[in-house]
Parts: sequence; C-alpha cells; structure tokens
Amino acid sequence: MTESTERTGPLVELRDVKVHFPIKSGVLFDRTVGHVYAVDGVSLSINKGETYGLVGESGCGKSTLGRGLLRLVEPTDGEVVFDGTDVRALKGEAMRKMRRRIQMIFQDPLSSLDPRQSVESLLVEGLKAHGLAKDKAATAKRLREALAAVGLPASALSKYPHEFSGGQRQRIGIARALVLDPDLIVADEPVSALDVSIQAQVINLLEELQNEHGLTYLIIAHDLAVVRHIADTVGVMYLGGLVEEASSDDLYREPMHPYTKALMSAVPVPDPQVEDRRERILLAGDLPSPTNPPAGCRFHTRCPWAQPTRCAEERPALRQVLDGHRVACHYAEDIAAGRIRPHEVEPELVRPDDGAAPGDTGELIPTP
Amino acid sequence: MSLLDVRDLSVVFQRRGERPFTAVDKVSFSVEPGQTVGLVGESGCGKSVTSLAIMGLLPRRGNKVTGEVNFDGADLLKLRPDDMRDRRGRDIGMIFQDPLSSLNPVVPIGVQVAEVLERHRGMDRKVAMKEARELLDAVGIPDPMRRLKEYPHQISGGMRQRALIAIALACKPRLLIADEPTTALDVTIQAQILTLLKQLVDETGTALIMITHDLGVVAGLCDTVNVLYGGKVVERAERHELFARPRHPYTHGLLNSVPRLDSPRGERLHAIRGSVADNIPWVEGCAFAPRCDNVVDACLEGTPPLEPTATGGDLRCNNPVSEEVAVP
Ligand SMILES: Nc1ncnc2c1ncn2[C@@H]1O[C@H](COP(=O)(O)OP(=O)(O)OP(=O)(O)O)[C@@H](O)[C@H]1O
Ligand SMILES: Nc1ncnc2c1ncn2[C@@H]1O[C@H](COP(=O)(O)OP(=O)(O)O)[C@@H](O)[C@H]1O
Ligand code: SF4
Ligand code: SF4
Ligand SMILES: [Mg+2]
Ligand SMILES: [Mg+2]
Repeated sequence: MTESTERTGPLVELRDVKVHFPIKSGVLFDRTVGHVYAVDGVSLSINKGETYGLVGESGCGKSTLGRGLLRLVEPTDGEVVFDGTDVRALKGEAMRKMRRRIQMIFQDPLSSLDPRQSVESLLVEGLKAHGLAKDKAATAKRLREALAAVGLPASALSKYPHEFSGGQRQRIGIARALVLDPDLIVADEPVSALDVSIQAQVINLLEELQNEHGLTYLIIAHDLAVVRHIADTVGVMYLGGLVEEASSDDLYREPMHPYTKALMSAVPVPDPQVEDRRERILLAGDLPSPTNPPAGCRFHTRCPWAQPTRCAEERPALRQVLDGHRVACHYAEDIAAGRIRPHEVEPELVRPDDGAAPGDTGELIPTP
Repeated sequence: MSLLDVRDLSVVFQRRGERPFTAVDKVSFSVEPGQTVGLVGESGCGKSVTSLAIMGLLPRRGNKVTGEVNFDGADLLKLRPDDMRDRRGRDIGMIFQDPLSSLNPVVPIGVQVAEVLERHRGMDRKVAMKEARELLDAVGIPDPMRRLKEYPHQISGGMRQRALIAIALACKPRLLIADEPTTALDVTIQAQILTLLKQLVDETGTALIMITHDLGVVAGLCDTVNVLYGGKVVERAERHELFARPRHPYTHGLLNSVPRLDSPRGERLHAIRGSVADNIPWVEGCAFAPRCDNVVDACLEGTPPLEPTATGGDLRCNNPVSEEVAVP
C-alpha cells in the first residue's frame, strides 16, 4: 500500500467534470453536428476507505463518469484529483503509475476476460504492464494470494475463463484488479450479470476485501438495493448530472429529489405486504436524450413537482440542503415540507408522456 | 376447469454426439382464468423453455417434449402445427424480454399490429389500422397516430415493450405469457410496464404467466408463485404465504440473500453457497443438495417428491425450513 493512503480525507475529488462525445457526420470530412452530454458537470469526493455508490438509469452517464476518472475516456472539462494529484495533467510514465492505483471491475465477467488467456496469464498481464513481474517466485506468491483472497484455489491458474461459472469469473475479474494492490477500485455493475444467489457472494467478497485491504470503492450500479447495502455515500445521476447525494441511510430514509423519490418508489420489494401498500410515483414517459437535454432542470419534463417557469428555465445547482445531504432541486425544502404537492392525475389513467404541458407531466398513482 | 393445465411437462434437448439434457423436468402447474401465476428461478432453471414448450415454439429438431399442455380442454402438444399457430395468435399471447428481436425491424409498428388483427380477427386493413391505433393508445404509447408509422428502432425500449404488449393483446388472448418483460428496462420504466400489465389483467380478465428472476416483481404481481430449480418446481405457494413462510431451503436462501431497499443495511448478506454448477442430477437425489444447509441422508437417495402442504401449496423437500423461521 502506498504511504499516502494512511492519511484520511478524500482520495478522489471530481470538480465539475464533463465528458461530451462529439456526434460526427459527413462522408468526406467528419463534421461535428452535435454532442452527447454524457457527463455534464459532476462534482463529488470519495473518502479513503469508503464506498461511494453511483446509481441512475441506463444512459445517465454513470459508466462514462467512471471511465473519465480513469481517463479511459478523456474528460472534456473539469478536474480529476486523485490523492492530491491532478490526474488530467499526468503524462506517460506518471500516468501509467497512477493507473496501477486505480483498477476497474466490469459488469460482464465473460466479455471482460480474454477467453484464450489462462487465468495465470490474465493475472500476470497487469503485473507485467507495470513492471512488477520480474521476480518469478514473488509473482507466483502474489497470484496465489490474489486468488485466495477471492476464494479460488491455486489450481485455477492453469484454467481458462469458460471453465468457470459466472460468479467465479467475476472473482477472477476482482483478483485481476486486486493483484496490482490498488487504492481505488471502480466497479461498474459488478453483480448485475450474476444470478441472484451468486450476487450475495460477490457483494460479501467485495466488503471483506475492503476491510482487509483498506480499499476505496466507487461502485456503479443500477440496482438501488445493492448500492444501498454496500455504499456509505450514494450519488444519484440523471441525464449527466448528479441530482442528489447523501449517506446511504439518509438517502433511503428521506429521498429529497423528486427523481430519487420516483426511482426508489419504482424498485420492487420482495414482500407482498409492502408491495400491496406502496404508493408508486410513476414517471411520465422516457428519459430524454442526452444529446438534447431539456433546458433548466433536466428533470422538469417528467417531474411531478415541477413549478412553472423556474424549473424550465434555471438549472438547479447541487446544494447542501441538510447536513451532508446535497440536492439539485429548486424546491427541495418546499417538497420535503409538503408545501408543494405532486400533481394528482386521475388514478385509473396511466398514460405517460402524452405531451402535457411542462409542470403537468407527472402522475401520482397509488398502487392498486 | 383450469384455463391452462400443464401436466408433467418435460423437455429433453438431444444434440448429436452429446448427452441428452433435461431442461424441463416433469413440470406441472395450472392457471385459472384471470389469475396471475409466477414462474421464478435463476438463469437456466427452465423458465423460458417451459413457456416455449407451452407455445409450441421450440425448434422442430433436437428436442423431445412430453407431458400434457391442456388449454381449454385440448392438449396443445397434440395439435397440428397449423392449428397451434392459430391458437397462438388467437388465444395465447406472448411477450418476450427483448422486444427488438421479436418485432420485425422493417415493418412499421402500426402495420405489425394491424397484420395480427387482419389474420386473427378477419379485419380489413383500414379497420385494422384504426383498431391498432386504439391498441397503441390503450398501452400508453403517446401520439399513436405518429407511432403507427414508425419502425421499432425509432422508439425507446419501453415503448417497444408496449408495442409488443399491444400486439399480444390484439387478439384479446385469454392467456398472456410474459417472459422477463421488464428485465431489459430501467426500473422506472419497469414500474410503468408492470402497472400496465396489472391493469390489463384487471380490466380484460386475461390470465397471465409471469416469468422472472426478480422476486420483487413476483411479490407485487402474482397470485400464485412457482419456484423452479434445475428444471423442476421445488415450491409452489400463494404469494403472501411464499414470502412470509418460504419452506424450501432454496426459496428461503434466495429471499435471504437479496439486499432489500427497505431493510437495515450493514449486515453481511446470507449468500447461498456454490452455484448451479454444483447441482447433482435429480435421479440421484435433490439437485440442490450440494448447496443446501438442511441436507439429510434421504436427499441423496432419489428425487424428493412434490407434496401438498398444509397451506394449499406444494413442496419438494425432505427437510423443509421450519414454518417458524421467518425471513428477516
Ligand atoms: N435450444 C436449446 N438447446 C439446448 N439446450 C437448451 C436450448 N434452449 C435452452 N437450453 C438449456 O435449457 C436450460 C433452461 O433454459 P431456459 O432458457 O429455460 O432458462 P431460463 O430459466 O429461462 O433462464 P434465463 O433466466 O437465463 O432466461 C438451460 O440450461 C439452457 O442452456
Ligand atoms: N464513446 C461514446 N461515444 C458516444 N456516446 C457515448 C459513448 N459512450 C457513452 N456514450 C453515451 O453517453 C451516455 C452515457 O452513457 P453511459 O455512461 O454508458 O451511461 P450509464 O453507464 O449510466 O448507463 C449515453 O447516452 C451513451 O450512449
Ligand atoms: S421541482 Fe423543479 S427543480 Fe425540482 S426536480 Fe422538479 S423540475 Fe427539477
Ligand atoms: S430435499 Fe434435502 S437437499 Fe433438497 S432442499 Fe430439501 S433438505 Fe435440501
Ligand atoms: Mg453503464
Ligand atoms: Mg429465459
């Protein structure tokens, strides 16, 4: 472990990070005809030894933010500070050194592992890239330790990915990250491709490894229950921006942003008694395109609490509303206090996105 | 009489040079008119193959289907392919996980709905298009006039799934089979689609077979739930009963291992050990035995029978979880 990890405080700080992808068109010359605003101004920090969970629906920019942190995609703007160093300013050897300290785990254990490489060669690859595989005996020991840490026998080294189950393949993916002794692990949907009965094994493993190795995690997932379980702090993304951030307990006890409220109310709970009583906030329509995000509050086209003019005109900043609880909504306090009510619609009619005027697109539908 | 009565349905895949593989192993269950029945279990447990066998949609070659699928008094497995195709369009509708692959990419949505109406309800194109518009409207597709002319790739995943539901509903089927209809969708869109399905079932009285791996989806939707493991039904119960007092160690383990949005965090999850790769063949005992905490000698001496429980369900287990052990 590096000397600096003993300090407490933030390990990662993102300041107004933007990742815009140009949309090209044209036969002879690539003309940029627009941009995908995949990540559009995200600021957050992750403390050492903590788990930050990033949730949101597909396409909201979670993966792009994670990749931007590692500079697997180059951020368009903003600062990425890792352990006091501005990552975006690093070049060549310095960047390579930094890369070892930040490892990534992917969603699909099979597609992220080369099927023609044995487990040993998959694990050695990273060590070689960082010049850490010079001493044969030490390398062998390191591989065995990494495998043991993820609960696989040393005999796995000579096998190939297809010889393992999905859960075991994800363990190999974790071992491959672990063998480089990173400080931060960015895990993008680490359990969503796994069967329910296997997910718990991998979640438990990630938690054990964090305790043993003092790891810091950025966990990206669309499953709110998984993130709630594993994360200390949770950030909710919508269309490229962070709309709410709080400690896991606070966020789930009192979601303040209308989108978070809707998101949470939509997650099915495996308990019929809860399901029968639940009020569900059904959102109108689909996620707008990140190519052409709505002006003002990006959520105003679907927000059941949206208010005339301001929501459609002014983009709300992510601001501290309660202690340690940041919300990007102009009316967070009024909504929490019940001063603004969601727009009620005839409950028997569920017809999302029917072109209603802004401010009238939400429907609060009691679950039948 | 039940609307659908599946008796000892088995599907054995047999590829040349390979050992036969029993994907569905003597599965029995029934569906009453207007009822919603869940089939849950993890990947590979036989959910989709069961539904494809009921619909007669398995590939012609390479598999053997046995048992009975009684629908409205007739055994669908004995129907000629033509008659089955007719039945499929008229009486039984199906919705798949991936709407894009079950829609025709080069035909506008409206025409796809209309074609079903022409074929099975004998409408002419003009009347069918009008009816199609109303169907798209009924499943909550905004601006249906315009959508009628759009192609599947021009609409979002959630809208595609709605279009597929409209097609399935076009013939006013008496049974709808939905195979993971929301698995590919975001959770807020899933909530829209599940609400829509629930409404349709209430309004039209269509019976629904809901296939999913998500216990949460089942909890809010199904009247009766069948839990599948290794191609067999291992537990069947009314939904409140199943979630409050799961008796099969696998069901119990599953409910224990999923983190819940509404339960205190910080505790270690109770994972089920091993994976389905550890299963033993049912002929040798209980397939779940290598992963089971309750295993007793009898579990390695042949298939445990599926037996009725005191609460009106069925259970396949030699040493069930005691009724007092609730889910935390
Ligand atoms: N055409 C086929 N030939 C051979 N084996 C098959 C075929 N189709 C399915 N199987 C096997 O049958 C078993 C059951 O498959 P099925 O698709 O029903 O699973 P499932 O429960 O629907 O899983 P999932 O949750 O992943 O959709 C699996 O082991 C699968 O590999
Ligand atoms: N390399 C790329 N080029 C163009 N657009 C991209 C690229 N990567 C991601 N996007 C777009 O950026 C948005 C955010 O994507 P992503 O970060 O993958 O979302 P999430 O992980 O939250 O599902 C999406 O609209 C996606 O299509
Ligand atoms: S109330 Fe306004 S600012 Fe707040 S989330 Fe809704 S639209 Fe955005
Ligand atoms: S039959 Fe035996 S091995 Fe199978 S679930 Fe019951 S107790 Fe466990
Ligand atoms: Mg992603
Ligand atoms: Mg399936």
